[in-house]
Amino acid sequence: MEDISLHILDIAENSIKAKAKNIKIKFHENTKKDKTILEIADDGEGMNKKTLNKALNPFFTTKNTRTVGLGLSLLSESAKAANGTFSIKSKPGKGTHLKAVFQTSHIDRKPMGDIASTLISIISGHPEVNLVYAHQLNGKKYRLNTKKIKSQLNGIRINSPEVLQIIKSNIKKGLDYIGRQK
Amino acid sequence: MPKLTIKDLQKIKEKKKRTSKLREGGDYRVKITVHMGTCGIAAGARKIMNAFIEEIEKHDSSDIFLTNSGCAGLCSKEPMATIEVLDQAPVKYIDLNEKKVEEIFQKHVMGGNIAKEYALGKGSEKTDA
Ligand SMILES: Nc1ncnc2c1ncn2[C@@H]1O[C@H](COP(=O)(O)OP(=O)(O)OP(=O)(O)O)[C@@H](O)[C@H]1O
Ligand SMILES: [Mg+2]
Repeated sequence: MEDISLHILDIAENSIKAKAKNIKIKFHENTKKDKTILEIADDGEGMNKKTLNKALNPFFTTKNTRTVGLGLSLLSESAKAANGTFSIKSKPGKGTHLKAVFQTSHIDRKPMGDIASTLISIISGHPEVNLVYAHQLNGKKYRLNTKKIKSQLNGIRINSPEVLQIIKSNIKKGLDYIGRQK
Repeated sequence: MPKLTIKDLQKIKEKKKRTSKLREGGDYRVKITVHMGTCGIAAGARKIMNAFIEEIEKHDSSDIFLTNSGCAGLCSKEPMATIEVLDQAPVKYIDLNEKKVEEIFQKHVMGGNIAKEYALGKGSEKTDA
């Protein structure tokens, strides 16, 4: 993956495939500690121990169309390449929670990429999923909650182009406001 | 922190109630599925998704169901999308870029004619991975 925003899209698609109704994406950046922490949690089907152990093995996937599952191992590699860590917890019937830590200034840390495009892509493709995006940088915060937005739309679909555009510009404004790095 | 205000959303309400008819499944004229497995995403599926959103907006369409699904099993031909016009067999489009999306949308989604030059083969596969 070229950047972190594409990893996020990939991981979120896993959550959706696992029938998650709620997905929470959390970024926590701390300049002093030189750390960027990404957490993604879902309430999908989850994985049992065996599946979870295998999930980090690039040659595992539960799909039968192809024999190589890549998404989780790629994110794990990206984090480790940036002097970071990767961990994942999952419970069948409960959901999955993963955490990737990057050393922000590390030369091999992938750029953030286009977070707004990733979120719009998820919302547009899966309007029924409730998505929370929470981004914090040195105490400044931005938060997007699609469940709340949907409740204010009075029947207009969240995936209609007009709404998507407003959401997209709000995300961009929000990320500019907290001053997140590239 | 910038919040999405009720005022922002009301602007849309006034603008168009009928976009609320963008379908969520079952009740639509065309279903477009962008394949978003790891291989698709790495190959640029997000751009393709956004290009379809743009086309839907440009053509002011309200009878299209745009969604995404996992890998279609043909990683070397990603990014891919499947277009399914109601009562017709699904068509898979391969090696997409934004330019092709524009053409395919015009020709197939709006005009009802398969853009054969970009298609993989008619109705040979299902939409879900
Ligand atoms: N959030 C999740 N909830 C439940 N199961 C998951 C989750 N994420 C991954 N898995 C399991 O781990 C496997 C490996 O995931 P990975 O993203 O690496 O590959 P994949 O999704 O199978 O393939 P691809 O992303 O290339 O289409 C999945 O097939 C699924 O069984
Ligand atoms: Mg995956």
